Amino acid sequence: MNTFHFTRPARNVPIDRALVGYVGSGDLEVMIDNSDQPQAEIYIHSSAEQGEQRWLSIIERLEVAHPLPAMRMDIHDFSATPGVIRLRLEQALEQALAKELSYE
Amino acid sequence: MSNGNDPRLAISFVEQSARKRVEHILDAGSMREMVTPFDRVTSPWLEMQGIVPQFDDGVVTARGSINGKSVVAIAVDGSFQGGSLGEVAGAKIAGTLELAVEANQAGESIAAVLILETGGVRLQEANLGLAAIAEIQSAIVALRQFQPVVALITGPVGCFGGMSITAGLCSYLLMTREGRLGLNGPQVIEQEAGVSEYDSQDRSFIWGLTGGEQRDATGLIDDFIDLDVIKVRQKVQEYLSKGVPEAFRSEAIQSSLDRLKKVDTRSQITAEMARAILSKEASL
Repeated sequence: MNTFHFTRPARNVPIDRALVGYVGSGDLEVMIDNSDQPQAEIYIHSSAEQGEQRWLSIIERLEVAHPLPAMRMDIHDFSATPGVIRLRLEQALEQALAKELSYE
Repeated sequence: MSNGNDPRLAISFVEQSARKRVEHILDAGSMREMVTPFDRVTSPWLEMQGIVPQFDDGVVTARGSINGKSVVAIAVDGSFQGGSLGEVAGAKIAGTLELAVEANQAGESIAAVLILETGGVRLQEANLGLAAIAEIQSAIVALRQFQPVVALITGPVGCFGGMSITAGLCSYLLMTREGRLGLNGPQVIEQEAGVSEYDSQDRSFIWGLTGGEQRDATGLIDDFIDLDVIKVRQKVQEYLSKGVPEAFRSEAIQSSLDRLKKVDTRSQITAEMARAILSKEASL
């Protein structure tokens, strides 16, 4: 199991707590909780072999479409593929921001 | 919710997450989860062994009501570590049932519904899981004197190991066709007995012996349930309203022993032979 921690720039917007997914084969759970930090703090537990660069790439690509809110995000990954990870991250953000994410 | 009477549009209970299953069983808006994932009470043992934890440790426990009747509802998440029970998951279930026992002792009426999707003890936390399952069983035996304890096994994991004994201790046990109930899981039996005697890959054979339909025909459960969430809910309501049964299945020791004596182990038992010996209609 690998653990990673990223601190990313964030917008100061109100969020709700959110939990999506589960720690089953090829899937992951994503939890979003309130934080008193002005950044997005992302903590990752992953059973996959791939390292830090892969997660950073996934997060950077996500940020292009959806600037992150200030939050604590926890990811428990059970070897999900990047596509599944992206879907779960968007699902969690959608719940946390309580509105449809814009795809413009 | 259900879309009229068209079975093609029914919502399958089996396809719901553990949390959604509890929500579907309880009266709308009455679910109050106890020890939520946001409390971050995860297994302290899995991480030490390099295994990714889950925020609810694979168990959802809640208070709520069913048809206005106060209950605790518990669901094991079969998708996390095979629904196995370790220290935290086990303590969540035992603690919830013990609270219900204490409430009943104090004069409050609280029944229990368990949705079991579990392989039993989590091997990575072996002794702690075993101890927790013993506590769960003690709590059920105490609670069933006051109020009905209804267990559901719906699939796809089934209910095995020590938790199959737990299921047998409940006041009422309901299963779907997809559900399976057995002391040892199919792979375990195959390893012990050999593939020629017990092929764990032979799905019709495995479900034929341990599936809900067979368990119903052999009198080891109380009822066979449909997968539609509405019908699952109706069955749970029906059995909760029956109250405390006159006799518990786990107390029928002599009749079970008498039936067991009729098993001829010289040839491999089939589903039909098991039905001939175990069904309620079979003569002793």
